Amino acid sequence: MATGNLALGEIQGATSTRARVANDFSINVATVNGSGSQSANSVLLKSIFGMGVPVSGKNLFPSNIAGLPTWYTIRASKDGYVARKRDAEVLVALNPDTAKQDALALPAGGVAIYEENLNLRQYRDDVVFYPVPFDRITAAICPEAKLRKLVKNMVYVGVAAQLLKIDLAVVESGLRKQFAKKVKVFELNFGAVKAGYDYAAEKFTKQDPYVIERMDRTAGKIIIDGNAAAGMGAVFAGVTVVAWYPITPSTSLVEATTDLLKKFRVTPEGKATFAVVQAEDELAAIGMVLGAGWAGARAMTATSGPGISLMGEFAGLGYYAEIPGVIFDVQRTGPSTGLPTRTSQADLLSVAFLSHGDTQHVILLPGNVKECFEMGYSAFDLAERIQTPVFVLSDLDLGMNNWMSDKFEYPQTPLDRGKVLTAEDLERLGGFARYRDVDGDAIGWRTLPGTRHPRAGYFTRGTGHNDAAVYSEKPEDYVAGMERLARKFENARKLVPAPVTVKNGTSKIGFLAYGTTDFALRESLDQIKKEYGQEVDYMRIRAYPFAHEIHDFVASHERVYVVEQDRDAQLASLLKLDLPAEQVMKLRSILHFNGLPVDARTITEEFATKEGL
Amino acid sequence: MASATATQEPKLNHIGLPILEYRGGKSTLCAGCGHNAISERIIQAMYEMGVEPERVMKMSGIGCSSKSPAYFMSRSHSFNSVHGRMAAVSTGAILANHTMTTLGVSGDGDTASIGMGGFVHMLRRNLPMIYIIEDNGVYGLTKGQFSATADLGSKLKTGVVNDLPAIDTCALAIQLGATFVGRSFSGDKRQLLSMLKAAIAHKGTVMLDVISPCVTFNDHEGSTKSYKFMQDNDEPINEVDFVASFEEIEVDYNSGEIFEVEMHDGSNLRLRKLHEDYDPTDKANAVRTLMEAQKNDEILTGVFYINTEQPTFIDLLNLVDEPLGTLPETLTRPPKTALDGLMASLQ
Repeated sequence: MATGNLALGEIQGATSTRARVANDFSINVATVNGSGSQSANSVLLKSIFGMGVPVSGKNLFPSNIAGLPTWYTIRASKDGYVARKRDAEVLVALNPDTAKQDALALPAGGVAIYEENLNLRQYRDDVVFYPVPFDRITAAICPEAKLRKLVKNMVYVGVAAQLLKIDLAVVESGLRKQFAKKVKVFELNFGAVKAGYDYAAEKFTKQDPYVIERMDRTAGKIIIDGNAAAGMGAVFAGVTVVAWYPITPSTSLVEATTDLLKKFRVTPEGKATFAVVQAEDELAAIGMVLGAGWAGARAMTATSGPGISLMGEFAGLGYYAEIPGVIFDVQRTGPSTGLPTRTSQADLLSVAFLSHGDTQHVILLPGNVKECFEMGYSAFDLAERIQTPVFVLSDLDLGMNNWMSDKFEYPQTPLDRGKVLTAEDLERLGGFARYRDVDGDAIGWRTLPGTRHPRAGYFTRGTGHNDAAVYSEKPEDYVAGMERLARKFENARKLVPAPVTVKNGTSKIGFLAYGTTDFALRESLDQIKKEYGQEVDYMRIRAYPFAHEIHDFVASHERVYVVEQDRDAQLASLLKLDLPAEQVMKLRSILHFNGLPVDARTITEEFATKEGL
Repeated sequence: MASATATQEPKLNHIGLPILEYRGGKSTLCAGCGHNAISERIIQAMYEMGVEPERVMKMSGIGCSSKSPAYFMSRSHSFNSVHGRMAAVSTGAILANHTMTTLGVSGDGDTASIGMGGFVHMLRRNLPMIYIIEDNGVYGLTKGQFSATADLGSKLKTGVVNDLPAIDTCALAIQLGATFVGRSFSGDKRQLLSMLKAAIAHKGTVMLDVISPCVTFNDHEGSTKSYKFMQDNDEPINEVDFVASFEEIEVDYNSGEIFEVEMHDGSNLRLRKLHEDYDPTDKANAVRTLMEAQKNDEILTGVFYINTEQPTFIDLLNLVDEPLGTLPETLTRPPKTALDGLMASLQ
């Protein structure tokens, strides 16, 4: 691979001697937070998508409104890999503060598109340089000075489109969609794209091998972030009460929910069939959810780690008094305030046992945006069926980034409102005992406030109670209630989403993981096969309590690697509590917890080291 | 019939129920506890107003006061939640079903200390519910620590003197948006009953601070929340009379002495002026009056503030008339065409 002369991208007539790399590289766009680069990043992402190439985008942003560095990485992958890649081959450098570090991070032979006066060539000579006078180009096409900062971002979209051979018509149609009916805004932005596109055509001869070539792997697919998908799920679950307190990275989940509720849930008379309350804190948010769930509403909140900590006491009330509710936890990096804008899977254990006393919670673990949608609605069915708070654990990577997906399918089954007695039922039965296990499934029947029958009322409490919901401190009443709750939780193994057997062949080794680890792990499986000739089985966990299939998977392998994004091997720990003693020794951990989404290479290397490959 | 004369009560109320149907379980609070008297007045008020017990949500937090919903209206739906969180739980319950009458019982600790955050935001929202503070100035279940409503200089049984100013929950409630605010005394049957009946008729947040002496930990010499102290220092700002919409008006009065409020359901709240020209619709004056009384060691009781115009939280949210909790799937799950449209827009 040539080095020195690659630094001459702008020299006319130079030709590339390297093999083309089509649809298999990452672009890293380095900007300043608050500079409005998001829509440009989105247009570039959707342009690659529009070329039919599988693509994913990740926003690596600081906890800051404006001024700190932010990076957006776009990965194009003909093989459909959507996990973060450790290295990005193409850099778009627009932030003077990080330009040097960004340039030095490029792999040899990489590409730097950058603001001309950053003079990146001073740092190295083994990458291809495309210096662009962004400010000058922008000034020429945008007379209004205050808009230039925003419009400038579109210039790099144009430069990148030209250099990466992205069809300008595809960029144009994506941009048109982005700005919908705002014709003037579209024209201004497309003018900027075109200016960048033309500048690159005129000044540069392509020196690097990276190109986007048309494929047909995105036909019929959608692009959406996990939070929007989960919010959509909640709306198609018929959610009626939403109480929340803003916290990154869950805020956009509620915002998406609210937008859709306003769109679909206003009667012809202009009345709302929903209530969204911005609560005073997370204590109030979950308190409202439980109050609403008790009174019959499908109620939800969304939060992240610090909010989960605050919700602890109420979570125990929900468990013990058996009240449905849905809590979305979009995990970020803790402990404490931690890294508020970075991803993590480190809430698993605290959510599983959230609250004091013997408490256990049902947790759903979406692994992609489609499951954010599906679990976004099935969580409500489960909460009402099992009569308990149900947690949906997503994470920042899934929740706030754009992902390609198959279209979501409309729910196949009607809403499951669980075991609720009407006034007619009570008339027939002559009364009821709220917590009596009359059906053998450890789930009692409940009534809703307002049920017009003299025997409909019961006393909901977090204090000790017998099966008729009457205050009791009797040891036998307490034990009976707690044992029934344990049976109910045991039964939930069969009600929650089953794990996905991604691969189960004849290997003696298996992988277990959940959530966003899946993206990297699938890629890692291919790497392990290709580089070490080894086939490894893989089961993706989708809920807690763990389904029996997970026990079987561990039992049928000699060694099982649990891959997760936290320091303390929380998933492995939870499995160890659940598995028979003789199976526990089989588990080993591959951990990643630096705040960035795990990448395949990290897993592959760790696996190879541990296996002595 | 006049509402306040117990001797004329019929055996059945106007929806045909005897008072027995409004009773609850046997109280486990101390004999003589003010809270038991308040439970009795709630039973009486609900009975006399003819509220259908199944249409009532009884809410509470944690503490002696919060136990009391078990001691009235067993036919109602009840939720004894966690410490200091009654306001939040009630908010959720009311959003799910705003057609109910919601009555919450909290205490001074449950409200003015651990529950302050939720309390003030409930006030801001003018959440349609009756919020009663059974206020005795001490923590009973943990054996007699001061609460945040204990008056400056009041004394514990152990001789410890309170050196922090009291939080006046009424002044706070008026300032922050409650639309019916009053203080009463568990020992004043007539006043409390009339206030409770008016509270049932009100649409919006009713905040009633009811001084309710703790016979075990705060009824001694030096306490400002004792029966004796209240008997000596209770200073009614107005005489509260309530005439329900289904009752005939038979009392003549001099209109200059009475401040009359027409409630949403057509009933009448009549406040006979005891303090010169006290206007219970004047927010700023109400707060000033309370602050001055505190300075003079007077315990003002009566209806301090009322506003029947202010929209409630339910009005602001523009909710459908039916309870959200039991809306049919056809109204809550958007159709397949909605999802198809969304999917098309994301391609």
